Amino acid sequence: MSQPVRRRRKRFPFHIVVFLAPATLVYTVFMVYPLADSLRLSLFAPGEAGREIFVGIANYLTLLTDPLWSDRFWGALKNNFVFFVIHMLVQNPIGLLLAALLSSRVLPGRNTYRTLIFTPTMLSVVIIGFVWQLILSPLWGVAEDLMGLVWLDGLFAPWLGLEGSALITLALISVWQFVGIPMMLIYAALLSIPDDLIDAATVDGANHYQVFWRIKLPLIWPTIGIVSILTFVGNFNAFDLIYAVKGALAGPNFSTDIMGTLFYRTFFGFQLQLGNPTMGATVATLMFLIILLGVMIYFFIVQRRLQRYEL
Amino acid sequence: MSGSLLSGSGWSGVLAAVAIAWPAANAAAEPLIIESWRNDDLVIWQDQIIPAFNAQHPDIEVVFAPSAPAEYNAALNAKLEAGTAGDLITCRPFDASLALFVAGHLESLNGLAGLENFSDVAKSAWVTDDGSTVFCLPMASVIHGFIYNKEAFEELGLSEPTTVSEFNAVLDALKEDGSYAPISMGTADQWESATMGFQNIGPNYWNGEAGRLALISGDGHLTDAAYVDAFKALAAWKPYLPRGFEAQSYPDSQNLFSLGRAAIYPAGSWDISVFNSQAFFEMGAFPPPVPAGQDTCYISDHTDIALAVNATSTQKAAARTFLEWMTTAEFADIYSNALPGFFSLSNHSVTLEDPLANDFLSWRGECESTIRNSYQILSRGEPNLENQLWNVSAQVINGTLTPEQAAAEAQAGLANWYPPQQ
Repeated sequence: MSQPVRRRRKRFPFHIVVFLAPATLVYTVFMVYPLADSLRLSLFAPGEAGREIFVGIANYLTLLTDPLWSDRFWGALKNNFVFFVIHMLVQNPIGLLLAALLSSRVLPGRNTYRTLIFTPTMLSVVIIGFVWQLILSPLWGVAEDLMGLVWLDGLFAPWLGLEGSALITLALISVWQFVGIPMMLIYAALLSIPDDLIDAATVDGANHYQVFWRIKLPLIWPTIGIVSILTFVGNFNAFDLIYAVKGALAGPNFSTDIMGTLFYRTFFGFQLQLGNPTMGATVATLMFLIILLGVMIYFFIVQRRLQRYEL
Repeated sequence: MSGSLLSGSGWSGVLAAVAIAWPAANAAAEPLIIESWRNDDLVIWQDQIIPAFNAQHPDIEVVFAPSAPAEYNAALNAKLEAGTAGDLITCRPFDASLALFVAGHLESLNGLAGLENFSDVAKSAWVTDDGSTVFCLPMASVIHGFIYNKEAFEELGLSEPTTVSEFNAVLDALKEDGSYAPISMGTADQWESATMGFQNIGPNYWNGEAGRLALISGDGHLTDAAYVDAFKALAAWKPYLPRGFEAQSYPDSQNLFSLGRAAIYPAGSWDISVFNSQAFFEMGAFPPPVPAGQDTCYISDHTDIALAVNATSTQKAAARTFLEWMTTAEFADIYSNALPGFFSLSNHSVTLEDPLANDFLSWRGECESTIRNSYQILSRGEPNLENQLWNVSAQVINGTLTPEQAAAEAQAGLANWYPPQQ
């Protein structure tokens, strides 16, 4: 027997609005609005008497095709990719290795190591830049003396000042500072793997290497994916270390110029060069689009193929 | 991973705004706030200049609130846009300040009592292009030259070089002896190569004002022999620079000299006060050496610093009172002596107690003065000539560009936007 269904009008779920409002408001005011406004600004150019005139995508065409601008833009983009690739090839594998070592139960003093390795992450970039400039200084740095202890001082060079090595050196300094973050994230993921799985594998005759490659690594791929995307976003937003060590002109001959320093020079100006807010907004928008593209590639291509296991 | 650029700069902006608002909110009567990039001068302003002003105007409180030199232009522009800038604005020379005036951020100073104490040349860096309106009160110029370690010179029996060949002979002697780095300069900061190098020795090659004005009129070009020769002279410094000079920064160069490990320092006169407090040996100075067969010497006597009234200041009357006091002989005397190396631009005659600063000042009588050639008009477009000169000067010294390539690159950049050079 079926009863007639009494359709009752559902009350509007006000509590959802109340809970969403703070985050939505804060994000809209401080993130969405400035982002949208810089998008708008990038379609204008300074005109007479401080008025801005609408120019459509002319700024983008200039930035991407006029040799005066495009040399700097593509140079900065290329350098930024080099910066990112070094982080992916050096920072994240070392982070993984450190996390694997720290999560092993046989390593004595691992809490101390964990703290020490994470410490540089909490220091100001300005301090990191200053300290490494001193360490690597050809005049008073300890790097050459330390290399001399192992008879390698012949290989010493003023790396931060040479066109061929300045960017790589800066990237490695940044790796040194931030290696603690992938380490901690992967370490946490490793700790969450149940002991039963590892015990079962051991009983089945797997050695340490097999346990790592066949059991642990497949379980932490999603974390490594997150670490990669954080690295990507962080690197394409990077600015502070380069600015602290090489200044906004990112020498020698723009070899350390990345998107962040290009944006700074363009938007705020530098020395006698006056700031150009509309062109700066164009650079900022392209930075945003590049990051958006990278994140989309990750979510639509990489993330979907990652297999997740219910633990 | 690095901190995000956008959130980072956002926070520093908020902090800067708080820092500016703080003293104003606390004081009973609002003080006059001076914006400046001269954070090295904080003590001099607090202990000498402001007390001397207050001796005559006890009712006006003045606060000197400097920011870091490299950030000054960007920070000031942001503060002016936001309406949080101080009452008195320290002016960079030429276009940076002209742009502020055109945008309505600075008051016209025409009619200010005491303005007649400044020559047209002194005011040239802070007037509108038609010369009708002065918007910053000239404070000081800086002079380029070379400071040397007198004890090192005496030890090796060397004397002050006056010609390029004598200069090279001195460098060779120093290099041969080996106990001092002959020249203390690095290329890591780039501006050192351009400002202390190219703009220091250059006026002797392009005949000072004549060459500078020819570039502006389009009669001269950066590819002319004069500029290539200046770059060649600069490139010749490479073997005499300290090892690893590619990574040597400006503070490194200063320290190397003041520690007595280098003999010659390509200087701006603003270095004098730093060296006076840090170097414990006797120093001398010589003007840029002249090329063979040239009688006249030229020096870069660069109009560097001035002060303006913020157009949105709530205390313009007090600010003008302060500027009027700055036109007096009293201020010229205090300022020039408190800051040896910054030479007052007013017509008052000032006696300098510092011997090194006096050396620099004396060249005004012996040589023809000019200013840095990239500053007036020529750095208005893209690419910016000043920034280009930084880049190519550093590359010429590093040996990654030949002098001819450097000159051609700078000329191509200028021709890109400046009609008289097209």
